[in-house]
Amino acid sequence: MEQIIFYILAFIIIVFAIASVSSRKMLRSVIYLLFVLCGIAGIYFLIDYNFLAAIQLTVYAGGVIVLLIFSVMLVHHIELELELATISKRILVGTASLLGLGVFLTTIYSHEFTVVENSVTTTTEDIGLGLLSYDVGGFILPFEVISILLLASMIGAIIIAKGTKLTSKKNDTV
Amino acid sequence: MIAGISIYEILTVTSILFFIGIYGFITRKNLISILMSVELILNASVINFVIINKYLYPDILQGVFFSIFIIAVAAAETALAIAIIINLYRQISSVEVKDTEIMKY
Amino acid sequence: MDISYTILIPLIPLAVFLLLGIFNQKIKPTISGYIGVAGLSTSAALSFYTAYQYFFVHGKVDGAYQAIIQKVTWLNFTDTLHIDMGVLIDPISIMMLIVVSIVSLMVHIYSRGYMKGDEGYTRFFAYLSLFSFSMFGLVLATNLFQIYIFWELVGVSSFLLIGYYYTKPSAVSAAKKAFIVTRFADLGFLIGILIIGYYTGTFDFETLNSVNSETGELTLNWASTSFMGLSVITWALILMFIGGAGKSAMFPLHIWLPDAMEGPTPVSALIHAATMVVAGVYLVARLFPMFYFVEDGYALNIVAYVGAFSSLFAAIIAITQTDIKRVLAFSTMSQIGYMMLALGVSKYEGHDGLGYMASMFHLFTHAMFKALLFLGAGSIIHAVHSNYLKDMGGLRKYMPITNITFLIAALAIAGFPLTSGFFSKDEILVAAFESNKLLYFSGVLVAGLTAFYIFRLYFGIFWGKETNYKHAPHESPISMTLPLMVLALISLVGGFIPFSKYVSADRVGFEAHLNYPLAAVAVSVGLIGIGLAWVFYKKENNLASKFANSFGAFYKWTYHKFYIDEVYLFVTKKIIFNLIAAPIAWFDKKVVDATMEGIGNKTVVISKKIKGMQSGKVQDYAFSFIAGVVILAMVFIYLWTN
Repeated sequence: MEQIIFYILAFIIIVFAIASVSSRKMLRSVIYLLFVLCGIAGIYFLIDYNFLAAIQLTVYAGGVIVLLIFSVMLVHHIELELELATISKRILVGTASLLGLGVFLTTIYSHEFTVVENSVTTTTEDIGLGLLSYDVGGFILPFEVISILLLASMIGAIIIAKGTKLTSKKNDTV
Repeated sequence: MIAGISIYEILTVTSILFFIGIYGFITRKNLISILMSVELILNASVINFVIINKYLYPDILQGVFFSIFIIAVAAAETALAIAIIINLYRQISSVEVKDTEIMKY
Repeated sequence: MDISYTILIPLIPLAVFLLLGIFNQKIKPTISGYIGVAGLSTSAALSFYTAYQYFFVHGKVDGAYQAIIQKVTWLNFTDTLHIDMGVLIDPISIMMLIVVSIVSLMVHIYSRGYMKGDEGYTRFFAYLSLFSFSMFGLVLATNLFQIYIFWELVGVSSFLLIGYYYTKPSAVSAAKKAFIVTRFADLGFLIGILIIGYYTGTFDFETLNSVNSETGELTLNWASTSFMGLSVITWALILMFIGGAGKSAMFPLHIWLPDAMEGPTPVSALIHAATMVVAGVYLVARLFPMFYFVEDGYALNIVAYVGAFSSLFAAIIAITQTDIKRVLAFSTMSQIGYMMLALGVSKYEGHDGLGYMASMFHLFTHAMFKALLFLGAGSIIHAVHSNYLKDMGGLRKYMPITNITFLIAALAIAGFPLTSGFFSKDEILVAAFESNKLLYFSGVLVAGLTAFYIFRLYFGIFWGKETNYKHAPHESPISMTLPLMVLALISLVGGFIPFSKYVSADRVGFEAHLNYPLAAVAVSVGLIGIGLAWVFYKKENNLASKFANSFGAFYKWTYHKFYIDEVYLFVTKKIIFNLIAAPIAWFDKKVVDATMEGIGNKTVVISKKIKGMQSGKVQDYAFSFIAGVVILAMVFIYLWTN
C-alpha cells in the first residue's frame, strides 16, 4: 500500500519538476513547482516525519510560492510566452546532466547501505527537545544563529527593495 | 522507513530531481525561473538528508534538524533574491538573463 | 728595469679620446686641437724616454737585448687558457713606438691647420687619439689575443676616420669596404690564433718565440698533426699572414687602400701610409722566429713571394694613375711589399738576419717620407682644391716649402744616395740578392718604377705645364709646413742611424756595411727612372701620351687597376648575393618570420575563441562548474586506481 503511494508521489514529483523547468508560461511554471513541493511533503508524511512535513508545507508552499507568484505578477505580463534556450544548448546541458546522473547512480548503487529496520514515529516533542537542548548534541546554537540570519535577511530585503525611494524621499524634504 | 521501498529507489528519485534542477538552472532565461530551479535543487538535498537519517540512523535526529535549517535558509535566500530582482527590474526594466551580462571580456 | 710608466703611452691618447668624445659640443675647436697635440706630445716624450732607457741605460744583457714584459691576467679560463693584458718592450716595439708617436704628433700638428674651419674638428681629433691609442696598444701587445683586440680597434678607428665626411656616399662606401675587407682577412687571423692556441697551449709571444741558443731551434712543443701535407702550425702561420696581408694591403686584399683615400689627407698620412698598414709587417716581424723555424720557413717563403708580387703589381699601376693620392696609395702598397719581401728572405742569426733588420729600417724610413709625401699632397690639395694632376702644374713658384720638402721625400723614396731611403732600400736589395735572385731582380725593377712614378708626380705638380689658377695658390700656414720640415729633416739624416746595432732578428745586433756594387746598381736604376720622368714630364710635351698609347690595351688595363675591383664586385654580386645570400634571405623571410608570425596569429585566434569563457553569463559559469565536478568525480572514483 505504501509502496503504491510512494510510486505515485515519485511520479508526480518528477513529472511536474520537468514540466516546471520546461514550461513556456511563467505562472504555470510556478504552479508546477507548487505541486512538486506538495509531493515532497507527502513523502515526509510517509516516513512519519510529520513536523517536517508541516514545515515544508507552511514555509515552502505557503511562503515561497506566494512570494514567487507576487514577484511574477510584479515583473511580468502573465500571458507572455517565455523563450527557451537553443536546441544545441539544451542537448549539451541535457547530456551533461545525464552524465552526472549516471555518476551519481553508479556511486549510489555500488555502495552497501546498512539499513536499520525500524518504525519509530518521531514526535514534535522529540524534535523540540533535541533542537532546543543545552546538552552535548543540542542544537540551540544553530537555532539562534538561524534566527539572526532570518533577521538579517529581512532587513537586507527591505533595504534592497526600497533603496532609491528612501534617499529620494530624504532629498525632497530638504 | 517506508515498508517495501529500499533506500536505493528513494535516492534515485532525489538524484533525478537534483539534476532536473541543474538543467533548469543552466537552461532557463528568466531570472525567476532560475530561482525556482534553485529551489528544486535545495529540496532534493533536503530529502536526501531526511531519508538517510531515517533509514540508516533512526535513533538520532541530526538529519531532521539540518533539514529545518536548510529550509529556513532557502526561504530567506529566496526573499533576498526576489528583492534584488525587483531592484534590477527597476534599473533595466527586464528580468532576462541576457541583459545582465555586463561583466564580460 | 721598471716599465710600468709605459702603460701611460697608450692611455693618454685614450683619455684624450674620451674627453674630446664626451664633451664634443662643449669644447671650442682650437682648444681641442691643443689638447690633442698636448696628449700626443706627452706620449711621444715618454716613448723617447723609454727608448733612451732601454737602449742606452739598460742596454744588452747576456749579449742580447732582453724583452721586458709586465702583464696581468685578464681572463682566466683554465690553467693553460688565459688571456693576459700587458706591455712588451723589446727593440722592435720601441722602434714602432717612436715611429707611431713621431708621425702621429706631426699629423696632429698638421691637422690643426688643415682641418681648420671644419665643423667636426673636435671629432677628428678624438678619432685621431683613438687611433693612436689603438696603435700604441698593438705594438705593446704581449700575446696574440691582445694584439688581435688592438688590431680590431685599429680597424674601427680607420673606419671612423675614412668615413669622416659621412655625408659623402663615396666616403661611406669606402669606409665600409675597408672595414669589410680587413675584417674578412681577420677571420684568417683569428683562426690562426685559435689553431696556435690549441696545438701549442699558449698565446704568449715570448713563449712562442723563444729559441734555444745551443740547438738553434724553437723551444716550443706542438702536436705533430698535419693537414694536407703541411703541419698545422704552418697553416696557422699562413692564416695569420692572411690577416696581416689584409691589413697591409697585399695582393689580393689590397682593394680597400685606394678607396681609403676618400678620408681627409692627414688620415691618409697617419693611417694608410705610416702606421696601420705596417701592422701586418709588424705581426710577421713579431712572430719571425716561428715563421723562420717552423717547417724550414715554408710560411716565410709565401710571405716573400706575396710581398714581391704586390710591390711589382702596385708599382705598375701607380705609373698610370692621375689622382695624386691614389698614386701615393699604390706607392705605399709597393713599399710594404718591399718590407714583406725583406722579411721573407731573411734568416735568423746575426748578419744573416739582414732582411729582418732591413725590413724594420725601411718601415722606419718609409713612415717618415711617405707621411711627408702625403702631408705635402694635402698641402697641395688644400691650395689647388683638386686631387687631379691635370689641375696642377708649375706650383714651385707659389709653394716653395712644399716644393723642397716634397722633392726631399721623392729623392728618399727613389733611393737617391745619402737619403734615408737609399740606405734602407739598399739593405733590402742586398738581403734579396743573397737568397733569391728572382726576387732580387723584381726588387730592382720595382726600384726603377718607383723612381719613375714618384718623379712623374713631382714634375707634374711643380714643373710641367703652367696652369692658370682661378685663385692663386698660396703656401700653407706654419702649422702645416712645420711638420713637413721636421719630417724632411728626418728623411735626410735618418739613414745615418746605426739601426742594425739596435734592431735585429735575434736581438743581438750586428754591424752592417754598405755593399758598393749592389748599391751602384740600385742607384743607377733609380737615376734612369728619374731621367725618364725628367724627359717626359718636366716640360710640357706629349711624349708621355704617345708612349702610353704604344702600349695599347695593356695601358688600359693598368689604368683600371687590372680590373680587380670589378672581379670582386662580380663575385660578390653575382655569386654570393644571388646564389647564397638570396636563398637564405628567402628562407628567413618566408619560413622563419612566417613561423613567428604564425605563432602570433594562432595565439590571437585561440584567444578570440577562449575569451568566450569569460562571457559574463552566470549560467555558463555554472555549467562549467557542474561539468568540471562531474568529470573530476568520474576521474577520481573510477579511473584513479591507487
